Amino acid sequence: MNQSMWHASGSNAAHIRELAIVFGLLLGVIFLIVIGLALLSLRRRHRGIGQEPLEGSHHPSTTTEAKLRRAVSIATGITVLILLGLTILSVSVGKTVSASVAPAGSLAIDITGTQWWWKVHYASDDPSRILETANEIHIPVGRPIAIRGNSEDVIHSFWVPSLQGKRDLIPGRPTLEWLQADHPGEYRGQCAEFCGIQHAHMAFWVIAEPTDQFNSWMDHQLQPAAEPADDEAIHGQEIFLKSACILCHAIRGTIAAAQVGPDLTHFGSRKTIAAGTLANTKGNLAGWIADPQNIKPGTHMATVALQPAEMQPLIDYLESLK
Amino acid sequence: MTTAPPETQGYADLAVLRKTWSSKPRFLGWLSSINHQEIGRRYVITAFIFLLIGGVEALLMRLQLAKPENTFLSAGRYNQIFTLHGTTMMFLFAVPVMEGMGIYLVPLMVGTRNVAFPRLNAFGYWMYLAGGVFLYACALFNMIPDAGWFAYPPLSGPQFSTGKGVDAWAQMITFTEISAMCVAVELIVTILKMRAPGMSLNRMPMFCWSMLVQSFMIIFAMPAVMIASTVFLLNDRTIGTHFVNPAEGGDPLLYQHAFWFFGHPEVYIIFLPALGMVSSILETHTRRQIFGYPALVLSLVGNGFIAFGLWVHHMFATGLPQIGEAYFTAASMMIAITSGVQIFCWLATLWSGRLKATAAVHFVFGFLFIFVMGGMTGVMLASIPLDLQAHDTYFVVAHFHYVLIGGALFPLFGAFHYWFPKFSGRLMDERMAKLSFWILFVGFNLTFFPMHWLGMIGMTRRVYTYIPGLGWDHANLAATIGACVILIGGLIFIINALRSIGSGARAGNDPWEASTLEWEADSPPAPYNFPNLPVVTSRTPLWTPPAERPIVVGLREDRREILVTEVLDAQPHHRSVQPRPTLWPMLTALGFAIGLAGSIFYFSSYYVASVLGMIGLIGWFWPERPLEVEG
Repeated sequence: MNQSMWHASGSNAAHIRELAIVFGLLLGVIFLIVIGLALLSLRRRHRGIGQEPLEGSHHPSTTTEAKLRRAVSIATGITVLILLGLTILSVSVGKTVSASVAPAGSLAIDITGTQWWWKVHYASDDPSRILETANEIHIPVGRPIAIRGNSEDVIHSFWVPSLQGKRDLIPGRPTLEWLQADHPGEYRGQCAEFCGIQHAHMAFWVIAEPTDQFNSWMDHQLQPAAEPADDEAIHGQEIFLKSACILCHAIRGTIAAAQVGPDLTHFGSRKTIAAGTLANTKGNLAGWIADPQNIKPGTHMATVALQPAEMQPLIDYLESLK
Repeated sequence: MTTAPPETQGYADLAVLRKTWSSKPRFLGWLSSINHQEIGRRYVITAFIFLLIGGVEALLMRLQLAKPENTFLSAGRYNQIFTLHGTTMMFLFAVPVMEGMGIYLVPLMVGTRNVAFPRLNAFGYWMYLAGGVFLYACALFNMIPDAGWFAYPPLSGPQFSTGKGVDAWAQMITFTEISAMCVAVELIVTILKMRAPGMSLNRMPMFCWSMLVQSFMIIFAMPAVMIASTVFLLNDRTIGTHFVNPAEGGDPLLYQHAFWFFGHPEVYIIFLPALGMVSSILETHTRRQIFGYPALVLSLVGNGFIAFGLWVHHMFATGLPQIGEAYFTAASMMIAITSGVQIFCWLATLWSGRLKATAAVHFVFGFLFIFVMGGMTGVMLASIPLDLQAHDTYFVVAHFHYVLIGGALFPLFGAFHYWFPKFSGRLMDERMAKLSFWILFVGFNLTFFPMHWLGMIGMTRRVYTYIPGLGWDHANLAATIGACVILIGGLIFIINALRSIGSGARAGNDPWEASTLEWEADSPPAPYNFPNLPVVTSRTPLWTPPAERPIVVGLREDRREILVTEVLDAQPHHRSVQPRPTLWPMLTALGFAIGLAGSIFYFSSYYVASVLGMIGLIGWFWPERPLEVEG
């Protein structure tokens, strides 16, 4: 599990990493030179500049001053040139990296930040291929993805360091960035703009898959939820549909259609629950449903009053929604 | 009002002078004082108390982050504490402490008796104190802001931040900005119109130049934050305007622009006085005139201008148009040129001087090391692609602590050791001072250097906890240990200062054989600063032989008379009489404070503020009976 800009897995992130290495090495060397010069000045005798009788005049000789003036001018000139070079380099890399137009043929995904989870919406011209999911973004490898950002409440920031820099999600002001994964893999991302009490627990996963695998995932996700197979799960579905759960959550294929919380149609297929907070296991899910405020204090997930006997069937049902 | 050659010096009647310029005795006298030394000292001491509070908050945060999924602080408490930490350090410590140093030192450095508007000076301090007390008094009643020191809407708006915490934050800004504006106006006028005769602009000490540029920056920057925090945010919250509420057509980015138009210059407002301090310390301790005085002055002024053209680099991730972003990259890179020139000039000074490595010089070297590294990461953050990765991560946390602690706090500590004899009449213990420097230096780097790495491997800012398995554990633990080391260094510094006040070696007027006028005054200076105002004939007046240093005679001693001089060449222009001490500035500040504090609960308190403030101002400006009619 990593969330590092050094593990670049897409062209944008790779460009930024290269730029970071160039900047880092060059500026690191300059830092060492400056500090070296400062420390060398502590030595009693310097090359070319003798110790002068400063008492009385408090002014070194004109030749010394001329030498120093030349050195400072040259150093300033070099500084200007280096900064000019870095600016040109940075702007040219930035042209592709921070472009607010995605390349042609890209897949558009609408990401909506909301306290404290991610609404993921696969747009399509074909209404039957529009998909709504949460906190887990599957993308095909090698194809540019246009991330169209928006927010429902406060400002969030979408960031997957392995693939691309961040882009704020601002209410009422759509933003755009594009990214591309060059290798299959699972990349963790996290909200980067302080967005309230649970900002720390607003993570998500980007799962890059080869195109055919992605297509089959997509086809599967477009299906309505699986009908519960065994008695336990059937009982669980009944509990879900008669409890407060349906006031916030949707499960396609049932009467649950609320849009306030994450869509749970294929909940069982996701890696994590509570926006990357916990691994998606039955035990964690039980803990999360029983007392969300304990796991994510301040979360908008309601504590639903359930009989102790109702918990197990409900969890079985939710986990069966593969 | 003539300048007399040394042999005919008219000596002032010190008893009369002291009586004229002294504050009134006892507690009421203390409250009514308008002496710049007393006010400056109050600023510095109050600010150091806030530094301690902010430091404790930082330590609490580091304890919480020491290990993953720690439960030392709750999520809500953590968010409150990081908000208070940033707010306290920026508004209640860093700016006021620099202003306090300026208020204390500038009149001494330019050779006059007080700041230009002494009652305004007292008023500014009381407003600052009231703002700080107001914020923490609200905190005691659990009205604690928790939307960050930057309070971005809509998160800080009425819908998402209920309670009075953010209101308290926004109104506290009003207090401190009023105070900052007062100081800026006084210092500009003091520097431009009250310099000793002969101290033309090109003979002014570097510290005065830095305070002059800083004061102008305050005048242009602070109104922007008042527009953001008071006009936009507070009105949205308390009277239902919708300036920055996107649900009603407001624009949250508008707030960000206004805030950072202040927020970026703010960094230089904190940091420029520190540059002046470094120049002062280096000039004295290398025994040579600072190298490249014109270049240093021009780069200070350049910093002042360029600092207003960088604010968008705090907003690169909001997706602004690329052509504009490129401009802000170039501007952000450009400020590295002026900062570079300053570093080069100091290096040249070091190379050609004869360095005495006192504790103050240690802090200057610590400054060079830390600040240059912060400058390098600053260049990285100016680049949009790098910023898109580093923005809002611990890399930025590392960067600005390198710039602010390295760029401002280390020089400030150096300055504290350097001017301590002037403040107190005693020397600080050098061995303890050097020990505290090394502990602070090591602790600082242990705390903040790992944060560069943490940011690059994905740790975002302002998170109250993090899950294990991301590789963040060790670096966070190191940072927490470093924070504890900083605490030890800070305690040694405090103990040293307190001990030295009581029992340090007597300093005399000029323990460092320094070059600037403040060292001619007594340590600590008499209430009138100088028995006779000095006349300046060179850039380093105290290094000019005493026989070539005339003095000003002809100022009256039985009333608070000062000499007003020309802006450019400091030719004497006229005498001006300063007002006497009075309680009115304090009472006026109290009236405004009651009204402003109440206004977050009841809008009608603004009427209270204006009535009480008006009464205060009437008292303040009530004509004084002249001692005699001028002939």
